[in-house]
Amino acid sequence: MTVSVARTTDSSLGRSLRRPLIPVASVVVFLLIWYVGAEIAQSRLLPGPVAVLQFIISETLHGDLLAELGITLWRVVASFVIAMAIGSVIGVAMGQSASLNRVLDPWLIVLLNLPALVIIILAYVWFGLNEAAAIGAVALNKIPNVVVTLREGARALDPGLNEMAKAYKLSPMSKLRNVTLPQLQPYFAAASRSGLSLIWKIVLVVELLGRPNGVGFELHLNFQLFNVTAILGYTVAFVAVMLAIEYLLVQPIERHSTRWRNKPV
Amino acid sequence: MNDIAHAGVTSRFKIRVEEKTHYGADGGSVLAIRDLTLDVPRDSMTVLMGPSGCGKTTLLRIVAGLDDNFTGEIDLPDDTRIGLMFQEPRLLPWRTVRQNLELVAAPNFSAEDMQQLAQSVGIGDMMHRYPQELSLGMARRVALARAFVTRPDLLLLDEPFVSLDERTADRLRRLLLDVWSARPTTALLVTHNAREAILLADQLVLLAPRPTRVVAVETITVPHSKRDAAAVDAILADFSERYPGNFVAV
Repeated sequence: MTVSVARTTDSSLGRSLRRPLIPVASVVVFLLIWYVGAEIAQSRLLPGPVAVLQFIISETLHGDLLAELGITLWRVVASFVIAMAIGSVIGVAMGQSASLNRVLDPWLIVLLNLPALVIIILAYVWFGLNEAAAIGAVALNKIPNVVVTLREGARALDPGLNEMAKAYKLSPMSKLRNVTLPQLQPYFAAASRSGLSLIWKIVLVVELLGRPNGVGFELHLNFQLFNVTAILGYTVAFVAVMLAIEYLLVQPIERHSTRWRNKPV
Repeated sequence: MNDIAHAGVTSRFKIRVEEKTHYGADGGSVLAIRDLTLDVPRDSMTVLMGPSGCGKTTLLRIVAGLDDNFTGEIDLPDDTRIGLMFQEPRLLPWRTVRQNLELVAAPNFSAEDMQQLAQSVGIGDMMHRYPQELSLGMARRVALARAFVTRPDLLLLDEPFVSLDERTADRLRRLLLDVWSARPTTALLVTHNAREAILLADQLVLLAPRPTRVVAVETITVPHSKRDAAAVDAILADFSERYPGNFVAV
């Protein structure tokens, strides 16, 4: 919230032009430090940014990099959608019903504290080394976080607006679309944000343990070969994909859905 | 819709609340309303006036169907269209003024009707704005318009002009009268402001404090258009004499 307030209040032209340059500059500084560090180390175990970039380019053109990124991204998206859908429904229900909350709360605490690795191993053991087990295990790791966030959202629903909807006899669909979902939107946004980053990390573990492809599988393979260039190359490539999703998808959607906010009288 | 009375809509809305008790979080209970019977004549403005905290809002919420935890009977047909103006505007902050109005508009409420209503309450230029860009007075105008776009069979107004400065409040009261007179609707307004009550009421219902019951029902025959400051003062003086308990030193 405070960030976006600052964003709209500093509206001078110079500032708005300079603003996107700051994150770019900070990335450049990071690359410089990496470059200098690699030059000093002169080791196969710390390749510089140029070598990593070369690896990414050649693997993109001649290797499987894009296919591996694609398969990992698909697993991230599938787990994310499942976790958000199931987590939101349960979270909102728990936020609105105190008795349901009392029943499910212990389960929630157990799930929250169950290590991701345990869920993954059990899923593979019980359901086999297959795609459904992999995606299900990742989703199950994320669901409790979504539930906790959306439960807070449901608890914070404005009873005044609910009464308005009731008095004006809005249909259940109309109420959901116009009254309830917009109030839950910041909680969805928070859950998605933390969700994407958490999920992609867990997806790599799932791939490492039981999938024959994807970024996690490649990392595992190159770990055994001690090929740090490839490890960094896959990591950087996938982080770039996640950054693109953040800046090109998540943030524009968020700006659009919160455009009614922060407009001073 | 409003031109043809609904089947089952009689000449009056009957409200009978035998008992309404509030239960506090601490387990205590307060008897808010007991044995209150009220006839609301059609197409006229009934004003409920009583001291703050006497259960007026509770009564209005019961009539609006927002509170069914009481004993008694509200005799309203199921398909009664309600227009409700809360004490706060209660607009949807993520919808523009126009979207807020369109969301609850009656099916036969045309774009021209909308434009006309917006003009008459003075929000014609605000239709594309979001509620947070509006002053409280402006937001109240939107809430007022929203109560009318449903083409209500029953208009409920819960202290609609509190916490506005007196000039703004007075302008809005005149606006309410203008819009309402253009298409008289059965209306129930709650206030603790004696001048407001006298300015607006066809039928004035005086309420006693907790547990709320009706002290007296007065009909004010002076037409709305003739109720200038002097006329209101005269009526107020008359009532103050007859109901000293309800009109404390004005």
